[in-house]
Amino acid sequence: MSRRYDSRTTIFSPEGRLYQVEYAMEAIGNAGTAIGILSKDGVVLVGEKKVTSKLLQTSTSTEKMYKIDDHVACAVAGIMSDANILINTARVQAQRYTYAYQEPMPVEQLVQSLCDTKQGYTQFGGLRPFGVSFLFAGWDKNFGFQLYMSDPSGNYGGWKAAAIGANNQAAQSMLKQDYKDDISREDAVQLALKVLSKTMDSTSLTSDKLELAEVFLSASGKVKYQVCSADALSKLLVKFGVTQPAAETS
Amino acid sequence: MECVFGLVGDGFALVVADSSAVHSILVHKSNEDKIMVLDSHKLLGASGEGGDRAQFTEYIQKNVALYQFRNGIPLTTAAAANFTRGELATALRKNPYAVNILLAGYDKDIGPSLYYIDYIASLHKIEKGAFGYGSYFSLAMMDRHYHSGMTVEEAVDLVDKCIMEIRSRLVVAPPNFVIKIVDKDGAREYAWRESIKDTTGAPTS
Repeated sequence: MSRRYDSRTTIFSPEGRLYQVEYAMEAIGNAGTAIGILSKDGVVLVGEKKVTSKLLQTSTSTEKMYKIDDHVACAVAGIMSDANILINTARVQAQRYTYAYQEPMPVEQLVQSLCDTKQGYTQFGGLRPFGVSFLFAGWDKNFGFQLYMSDPSGNYGGWKAAAIGANNQAAQSMLKQDYKDDISREDAVQLALKVLSKTMDSTSLTSDKLELAEVFLSASGKVKYQVCSADALSKLLVKFGVTQPAAETS
Repeated sequence: MECVFGLVGDGFALVVADSSAVHSILVHKSNEDKIMVLDSHKLLGASGEGGDRAQFTEYIQKNVALYQFRNGIPLTTAAAANFTRGELATALRKNPYAVNILLAGYDKDIGPSLYYIDYIASLHKIEKGAFGYGSYFSLAMMDRHYHSGMTVEEAVDLVDKCIMEIRSRLVVAPPNFVIKIVDKDGAREYAWRESIKDTTGAPTS
């Protein structure tokens, strides 16, 4: 019955659904998890690197975290080739804004402009929607630190803690349970790593399967985007006691 | 001939403009308001060809309003100044507007500020500035008497000195001036300085 409406992104099914958009969201459910947590002094993003093959050269830098502008970064879950297109448009938008106003683009405007692009592909014919969800972490002078989550339909919302990708519902409910208002950035890192360690399929949590990035204000008051190095990340995992020896869990 | 000038005081900025609509040697009107209230906390004093002035300032005003509706937050004065400059710069190589602009505004976190934008799209943040023939006299008076942190009374006194100098020294001095002010409470008309009363046309707001 629903087959007739499956292949068209722009046509509602009789039940009022857009199947292609729902399938796109399904595709994201298979991607590596990414978690974002808003704290009082910064935003934390952690992501799970999916190691597909031992032979694959894992990139030295991040593969799920992208800096959009000096004050905004994002974490991706979904089809990376689609994500690259959207990240590029986001960067262009951010620079266009600074060109016009000589000021950094407010975070929500950036998210909105990207979601407008995503929305377009659910309405204008012949194209498939972007199979990507984003977590945006940023700071602006009007609203301070912010965390946004967006999905393939072009919906977005501001969150205190959010998860996208595989097991996002489990992660989301753990975050809901353990999140406290006025959480410090360090505690947010701990919480994010804990949630990720419990929702990841892999048996042991090591720094080469993880990415950690933070957006915060430096001592001089400038916004800083910092990616945690593998060494520092290993130390954090030990410190928070979330590394599980492989033998124990099997 | 045209006189538009402005200055920044302690917690406020003000803009003064003559109110003559002139063509060649004829004065058509002497109650033309050349200072636009751009939004709740911004003033746009403009000099230049009448049509260009009206068209361009209105274009900027509508775009600033559109930004506010779309994004729920107002543009800062600096952002509005840079936007205005950008629009003038793109127009400059196509069909340029002959307008010079003094943009005064008040931002909660920054305080009052004044920007000088001329028709060839240069932008400067200034404490005091002027355009038109009146600038020869108003700039001189402000160089002599301006100091930072002026009160409204001191500033208006200086404005009156400038107007007096223009009226006594400039051959083609305009008769009437309007003074507008912007501070934490918003942008508003402060006073008129009229030496002749124009009863012919309805004043533009």
